[in-house]
Amino acid sequence: MKLDILHTLNTERAARRAVVVVTDIDSGAQRLIKATEADKDPLAETIDKRLRMGKSGMEDTAQGRVFLTVHVPSPKLVITGAVHISQALAPIAQMLGYDVTIVDPRTAFASKERFPDVKVLAEWPDVALPPLNVDRYTAFVACTHDPKIDDPALLHALARDCFYIGALGSRKTHAKRNERLKAAGISDADFARIHAPIGLDIGAISPAEIAVSIMGEIVQSLRQKPARPAKAEAA
Amino acid sequence: MLGRDEDILKAAEDWSKAGRGVALATVVETWGSAPRPVGSNLVIDSDGNFLGSVSGGCVEGAVVTEAIDVIDSGKPKVLEFGVADETAWQVGLSCGGTIRVYVEKVS
Repeated sequence: MKLDILHTLNTERAARRAVVVVTDIDSGAQRLIKATEADKDPLAETIDKRLRMGKSGMEDTAQGRVFLTVHVPSPKLVITGAVHISQALAPIAQMLGYDVTIVDPRTAFASKERFPDVKVLAEWPDVALPPLNVDRYTAFVACTHDPKIDDPALLHALARDCFYIGALGSRKTHAKRNERLKAAGISDADFARIHAPIGLDIGAISPAEIAVSIMGEIVQSLRQKPARPAKAEAA
Repeated sequence: MLGRDEDILKAAEDWSKAGRGVALATVVETWGSAPRPVGSNLVIDSDGNFLGSVSGGCVEGAVVTEAIDVIDSGKPKVLEFGVADETAWQVGLSCGGTIRVYVEKVS
């Protein structure tokens, strides 16, 4: 590997940006493709598929057999609401390899006793979220039912282009949310990105079942949807 | 977690910039039960120092030896270890799988 390719690779990884290295293992020829520029590559389709799966491997291509090394940032999950559902959702997500953070300014909820193994921030979203580097490899779930907490967090998640955004609440609650977020300047297209009612329709009743349905929907969003080019880099 | 991929690739860059001869080994294919997934990395320097893994410690010794050759020649190599391979028996890929490892010089 050329040192400049290795350097770019490490720089992109440190910045949590996805890259693929294509290596012809017979000749040693190698190139690095940033995910945002993958559509210009002759192997665009293969690269896109690999990026979505986050999986390295050999591929037979028109240019011969090549090895694709896929580097995608590990996914994060940010939840507002240190509620009952979050107590089940956090460990499920951790089992799936997600780096989980729960944000809830209500200290009675956001306690170490309730969440012994999860990072819990007892802060308002405007304080807690900016340092978390929420990005397009982050899933965001709003669980408080309290617009004062969920709305600013949803606006942040939309601005940061999270790959999954879900909000707990009935259709009626969501309609009210629509009015509030529109008033805050959110477009129809952006609002449509919020999954609500949240979770896959598996008839979930208990908090743990709802957590499973939410996690299923997050996995589906990560693995099934085409990788979208990142919006203009969020500041 | 020890020896995460990024640490290994960062080490490869740092070692190379420090003027050490460096090779990078990557698992490119596996068959059957293999201890480390495709994409796993091992970085090796010309003195035989290494970081990371391409197996559960079974074939690293052999990969390091080959990597030193790659550092000298500059030519990449594909190594295969498996139950059908005599060398693999000697170095012992005990899980019974087969792995193919691509070794390239960092230059």
